[in-house]
Amino acid sequence: MAKRIDITNVSSYYGKFEAVSDVSLRIEPNAVTAFIGPSGCGKSTLLRTLNRMHEVVPGTSVTGEILLDGENIYDDTVDPVNVRRTIGMVFQRPNPFPTMSIYENVAAGIRLDARRMPKSELDGLVERSLQAANLWNEVKDRLKKPGASLSGGQQQRLCIARAIAVEPAVLLMDEPCSSLDPISTLAIEDLIDELKNNYTIVIVTHNMQQAARVSDTTAFFNLAGIGQPGRLIESAPTALIFSTPGQKATEDYISGRFG
Amino acid sequence: MTTLTLATGHLQGRRLPRAAAPATALVAAALAVLLGQISPVSGVAGTTCVAVVLFFAGYTALSFAVEGSRHAIDRLASTLIYASFLAALVPLVWILSTVLVRGGRVLSAGFLGHSMRGIGADATGGGVYHALVGTIEQVLLATVIAVPIGVLTAIYLVEYGRHSKLSKAIGFFVDVMTGVPSIIAGLFVYSAFIVSLGFQRTGLAGALALSILMIPVVVRSTEEMLKIVPSELREAAYALGVPKWRTILRVVIPTAIGGITTGVMLAIARISGETAPLLLTTFLSQSINFNPTSGPQASIPTFVWDQIGSATHPALDRAWAGALVLILFVAVLYTTARLIAWVTGGARR
Repeated sequence: MAKRIDITNVSSYYGKFEAVSDVSLRIEPNAVTAFIGPSGCGKSTLLRTLNRMHEVVPGTSVTGEILLDGENIYDDTVDPVNVRRTIGMVFQRPNPFPTMSIYENVAAGIRLDARRMPKSELDGLVERSLQAANLWNEVKDRLKKPGASLSGGQQQRLCIARAIAVEPAVLLMDEPCSSLDPISTLAIEDLIDELKNNYTIVIVTHNMQQAARVSDTTAFFNLAGIGQPGRLIESAPTALIFSTPGQKATEDYISGRFG
Repeated sequence: MTTLTLATGHLQGRRLPRAAAPATALVAAALAVLLGQISPVSGVAGTTCVAVVLFFAGYTALSFAVEGSRHAIDRLASTLIYASFLAALVPLVWILSTVLVRGGRVLSAGFLGHSMRGIGADATGGGVYHALVGTIEQVLLATVIAVPIGVLTAIYLVEYGRHSKLSKAIGFFVDVMTGVPSIIAGLFVYSAFIVSLGFQRTGLAGALALSILMIPVVVRSTEEMLKIVPSELREAAYALGVPKWRTILRVVIPTAIGGITTGVMLAIARISGETAPLLLTTFLSQSINFNPTSGPQASIPTFVWDQIGSATHPALDRAWAGALVLILFVAVLYTTARLIAWVTGGARR
């Protein structure tokens, strides 16, 4: 089931450098939230903070509170592994496991975790996930082929299938279309629209048209200058942000007048 | 309009004909032979050196005169690279051909299937069987001891101990261990296990000494291989909710397995030829001993050493054949390991 995320006064650091400062934001379930803003404004960092991937980089730290349906994911008693099982992630560059076949890539979340599952059930799960990622028809005859043998767009949908095979509640996408051509991008965007029926989706994008097309809510981030932390400028329903933004900075950014 | 006559203003300049290089080489060789007749520099080695120097000078000068300085420098650099390549090949081909020719004389099924028991230094016959058994057991034992320690150390260094004081200290001591002369490893096992603790000289003691030599090589090569596994793959696994240790076991290691296997094989190749530590720890033996935990055990390097020491013609032949068996042993191991890595490499192939 999709879950709500409440971000309260969150700051993320790389060592002493504050990358994102004091963000408070509510991310609604069964909806697509887009993070937009210039490079270096901390969108990706905040996204990685949401499923505790930020701390994978040595020397990083987070302050503030992130509640997943009321449960603080940064509580001392919370296991980051469980957080990531609930909040899946799709990366900027498609990253199928090079040693695994298409089938094994989708089953990776189950297999790698040594969760026992009968073969027939796993087959069903792989098929459902690939179907949900709109990839089944293209790969059903070559499930044993390496995941890396697919095209870039197919690889990215394979990564989405892999992420939803573990049945997360939230799906984080870090510029999932930035290395794809427009046709593959359209396929992924259609997919995002379908996926929001079952998941909470947060997508980071540099493409404003994409944010306008796929998202229900848009959050705009900006930074005052090089070396300054990124901040959340405003967050509102997407239609509102792109028609009557509340802040001058937002209007400048989405209309292409900035600096 | 001919484009070959004028260099300036045209895209095509004058080039040396293809035959220039062999022709220059012939002239240089002939000159060197002539010079050998009238100068103190003579003999095959001296003449070859003179010929090579003459060729470099002549070819570059010819190219400079015809093609200009840029082409001349290019030709000089290319010739130097090819010459270095050939110079590097000389010892390899020389060693291999000598071992093949001299070792091939006595290498036979009988040589592989018999020990040296009751064979005097002057007698022909005998074989390497006892030593082959010993080397296989000792190398296997050393690998079983060293590879887990080495690979696990590398995993700690790369995956867990990044930048920590402990990992820096471990890295330092691994480097120190890499530089330890092999006889020191033998002396350590000799003094610690045989003299102080009173164990016998056995194949196991030899394997312990070999594993000391093997560990640093395995650690360093595995570490390098793990470092080049992209962190995106680790993150992809983390994002599926896979714990770190399973990510390492199921994603990082399989991705790096080809390189790790190569590193382990290089380490095995290194220790297979070690003689000094084995002389101290396994001692010499002319008989077959299958038990590495009891009594002296032969090995191919000590076999070769022993036969050379006898210095009779049959013994020297056996020494060369032993060297050939050692090379074949490493080659077979290496091929097998690559095959295993290829077969278990997952869907990537």
